[in-house]
Parts: sequence; C-alpha cells; structure tokens
Amino acid sequence: MTQPGAPVSESSGSPTGAPSVPLIELNGLTVRFGNRDILHGLTASLRGRAIGLLGPNGAGKSTLINTLLGFYKPTGGSAKVFGQDIGTNLRNIRSLVGYMPENDAFISKMNAVSFVQMMGELSGLPSRVALERAHEALFYVGLAEARYRQLGTYSLGMKQLAKLAQAIVHGPKLLILDEPTNGLDPSARQRMVRMVREIRDSREMRIVLCSHLLRDVEDTCDEVLILKQGQIAHYSDLDEERRSNKRFVELEIYGANGDFTAAIEKLGCECAVTANRMKMVLADGVETRDIFRIAAEQQVRIRRLNFRRDTLEDIFLKAMES
Amino acid sequence: MAVYRRNYRPYSGAQTPEWSRFLVLFRYSRRNLFRSRFLTGFFVLCFFWPIACMVWIYLAHSASFLAKLGLPPELISIDNKFFFLYMTVQGVLSFFMTAFAGPGLISPDLANGSLPLYFCRPFSRAEYVLGKSSVLGILLSQITWIPGVILFIIQASFAGASWTRDNLWIAGSLALSSLILIAILSLLSTALSAWVKWRIVAGALLVAVVPFGAGLAEAINAVLRIDAGHFFDLRYLVATVWTNLFLVDNERAVSVGQAWIAILVYGSICLWLLMRKIRAYEVIR
Repeated sequence: MTQPGAPVSESSGSPTGAPSVPLIELNGLTVRFGNRDILHGLTASLRGRAIGLLGPNGAGKSTLINTLLGFYKPTGGSAKVFGQDIGTNLRNIRSLVGYMPENDAFISKMNAVSFVQMMGELSGLPSRVALERAHEALFYVGLAEARYRQLGTYSLGMKQLAKLAQAIVHGPKLLILDEPTNGLDPSARQRMVRMVREIRDSREMRIVLCSHLLRDVEDTCDEVLILKQGQIAHYSDLDEERRSNKRFVELEIYGANGDFTAAIEKLGCECAVTANRMKMVLADGVETRDIFRIAAEQQVRIRRLNFRRDTLEDIFLKAMES
Repeated sequence: MAVYRRNYRPYSGAQTPEWSRFLVLFRYSRRNLFRSRFLTGFFVLCFFWPIACMVWIYLAHSASFLAKLGLPPELISIDNKFFFLYMTVQGVLSFFMTAFAGPGLISPDLANGSLPLYFCRPFSRAEYVLGKSSVLGILLSQITWIPGVILFIIQASFAGASWTRDNLWIAGSLALSSLILIAILSLLSTALSAWVKWRIVAGALLVAVVPFGAGLAEAINAVLRIDAGHFFDLRYLVATVWTNLFLVDNERAVSVGQAWIAILVYGSICLWLLMRKIRAYEVIR
C-alpha cells in the first residue's frame, strides 16, 4: 500500500482566502487538431476555490479541461495543475482529480454501487473502502434509494448525479465538472448547483466548472475565465467584482440641492447628478447609513437606492464584444 | 454495512499499488461475463473433452480393460499426436468462447462513452487493454493449457520417469501453443469489439473473419496458382506453428518461420487498431 498523491498546500495567501498555490497555471498553452488551433497560447494563473470556464460553444472550454487531464497533448506551451506539469506528472495530477464528463458516461449493465465502487478502486481505494465510500457518495448526491438499480434505467438527471458520485468517491482535491447541469430540468439543476456550492463551501476540494450557462457559473464560482475562439477573452475575479459593485450606488432623490451633493463629497465620495438621479462611488469607510443620515439632515427624500449589479452576463457580453 | 456519513469527506488513507489496478478491471469484467448463463454453460462444456482425454489416458494404462477388448497396449498410445488432437479440439472451443466473451469486454464501454472515466484516473490505456485482455487470457488458459498440463501430469504419473523425461517438451508445446492462440484471439476480439460498438455484431464479425480469411486464401491460391494466399488464413498459420511445436508430420505450404512472422504481424495490427480506438475522446481533425 502506498500513500495517496502529494499533499497540496492550502494555506491562505490572499486576503480573499484564495489558496497560495495556483490551481491551474497556463503558459502559452496551445492545442492544435490538424490545421486548426483549438487553444491558442493561453496564459493565466488561476487560484480561486471555484473557477468557472465560460464561453460560447466551440470556444475551447472542454478542450482545455481535456488537455489538463492529459487526453490531448499540447502542441505548444505548458500547463500545471497544483504546480505539477501535465507533461511529466500526469499520473499524480490524475490521482488528485475527480472528473465529471459532459456526455453520457456509464456502464449500462452495472448498478450504481458497483459502478462507483469500481471507479473508486481504479483510483486506488482498497475494495472495502471503495464500497463504503460508494454508498456514501451515492447517499450524498441523493441516489440512495436508487443505488442498486442498473445505470441503464436511470433518467438523465440521475445519470448526472451518478457521474458526480463517481467523481467524488475517491476524495479528490480538484473536481472538474464539464457542463454538469446539461439536460437537467429546473429543479434538478437547482439541486446540482446547490450541491456544487456545498462542495465548494466545504473547502475540501477546489472546483473547475465548465459551462455555457452564465447562471450556473455565477451561482457557484468565485473566479471566471472566459474563452472565445480558443483565446482568453476575459478573466474576472467575481468576488472582487461583487465587492466593487457594493461601492457603486445609484440613488433616486427628491428635494436635493447643491448642499446635499457637497455634504456627500465631503465624505470623500465621487458623485454625479442628473435630474433626480445621483450616482456615487462610496469612499472607504463610508456606508449607506451615512447617506441616509445626511439625507435626513438635508431633508432630502431618497426614493430608491440600488447597488450596481454588473452581472456576469454584462461581463460576458463585454468580453464577447471585445 | 452501515453508512454512517451522508456528507462529503476527503480520503487520506492507504491506496492500492499502482501495478495492481488492472486487476480491478479484470475482476469486474469477469464478474459481468459470468452473469450470462449461456456463457457459463459453454464454459462447463469446454471441460468435457479434457475429461474424455483423462478417461482415455486412464484406459490406455488399464491392462485389464485392454485385455478385455483384446487390444495390444501399444494400440492406444498417449503421445504428441494425442496432445495435438487435444489442443485442436480445445482450440476450436477457445475460438467460440472468445467470440461469445470477447466482444462484451470493450464494446459496452465504447457504446456508453465510459472511457474518459477510466482515463481521468491514474490508469493508462495499456493497463486498460491489459485488464480487459487478461479476462480472456485467464478464461482461455482454463480451457487450454491448464487442463493440458494436468493431462500431461496424469500421463506422466502413469507412464513413469523415463516417458516423462523423453516427452517433457510436450508440456512446453502445450503451454506455448496455447499462449499463441490466447494472444491472437484476445487481440483480435478486443480490436474488433473496439471498432464495432455493437456487441453482437462484433461477435458475429469475429466468427466470420476467420472462415472468411480461409475462403479468401483458397480463392487466391486457386486463381493465382500460388501458396501465398495462406497468409490470409489465420487458422492455417496457427496450425502451421502448432504442427511444428508438436512435431506432427504435416506438409505445410507456408514455412514455420513465415507463419510466426505472419502471426506477429496480425497481432501488431490488432494492437495498433486497439490503441487507435482506446482513447478518452476521439480527436476529429
């Protein structure tokens, strides 16, 4: 018996709580099939706990994942997962990864317990442990009642859950999910998203979620890499975006005069007023209650206060236009 | 077994050695295989001939039985021809066993797209092929060289040390001829099942490909008035090597060396076909 793959330092190295070891490092990664460049010189360092890979169909999201897993060989550049090169330490990387593929992937004549147990054993779990963990994984994903049914009889949603169970059975450090909500009805999608969030919040493993559904990524990820035609169109730290959005306030005000604007600017905020609308960027240490206090003093009525919501959709559309 | 945790927990315990992972595939594939009653029945049927041979060996050494029949003891001789006959019958049974069992090993994985699940783990394509082929390897061993060697031991125990010393090479021939057969049948059936996703079609193709090769060989030989057509007949090539291994007199149109090379070429082609198809995802250029 040997010990599992090299331990990964999870020490927090940034104020956002992102681990100091980059999860994925891409250095000019290029993948070519025939004469077509599928990925073209990708360079990035991704450190988030949950990283979303976004992009339209054919952008190269799945190819990037498949290259990181060693299914495709890079034609140029290099990539590292947990600091280990995919060209030289593929076996180590694979022992740290759980992968849920996009397409149907199961063995129809097997029941879910045997299937998940076998996948656990192939990842290196001893048979007894694999059986125990297979039951646990199936309970966890919500297939407890159906775990002795043959996989061929499962609905699409159940097959997705079985794929998730096989991806987590061996306790990976990184979970790669390729379009996990594909073909799911709204309630099944919500359940899947909730489960991914739970896994992320457990801080036991890091997640790479590949999807073309912005909502899924927005609900689960704290970092987003947007791909377009095999190139990085945009990188966004969603946590940072959310924080900066909180500083951008839009007011609808009545009864204001120049004194109100001057009082706000005195706090160090930047303001812009047009008719009954006022946009401002809150200075550090200034909270919305300070605005309300000044409004009360100046007898200004605030009808509406909105924080800017620069949604992932806005970010995505900007990236696609660029 | 009690499932006491219903939430996710990481694993930090011991792992199995990497070299042993292909045995996991062997174990599960074999279990799936024997779910078929037909296959189990056929597997049992494959032992009838070795049992008949065992009885034959016993009778050959039973003086009272021979005397009762009024036969001289040398009439029923247990020699290289006897073991060659044993292997010929078991070889045919092995072929049909492969046709039943072989295609079910890989084609379901391809049909259900489960290869990425194997290869995203610390598990290589070579280990996958080894794991799947070892199912056939063990299965065919159980009906070819293992009973063959047991028959040899029984004969040796009856015939004495001098017969054993003089005929020890037969045991080697039994093992080697079986290994050639097992290797080529395993490679052929796994390669076919990798390219034909439907299990039944893959089995039918395997059953068809050998007689088709023999037919093609005869047609080429007849039309072109040459012997080179035999290179398309896998059955003929294996038989050529076997007759040489068992020192059975039989004039062959193809030399033993050529037959060996042809078998190796067929094996390499099968391996190449297999490795081209056994991938997590196909690359569409």
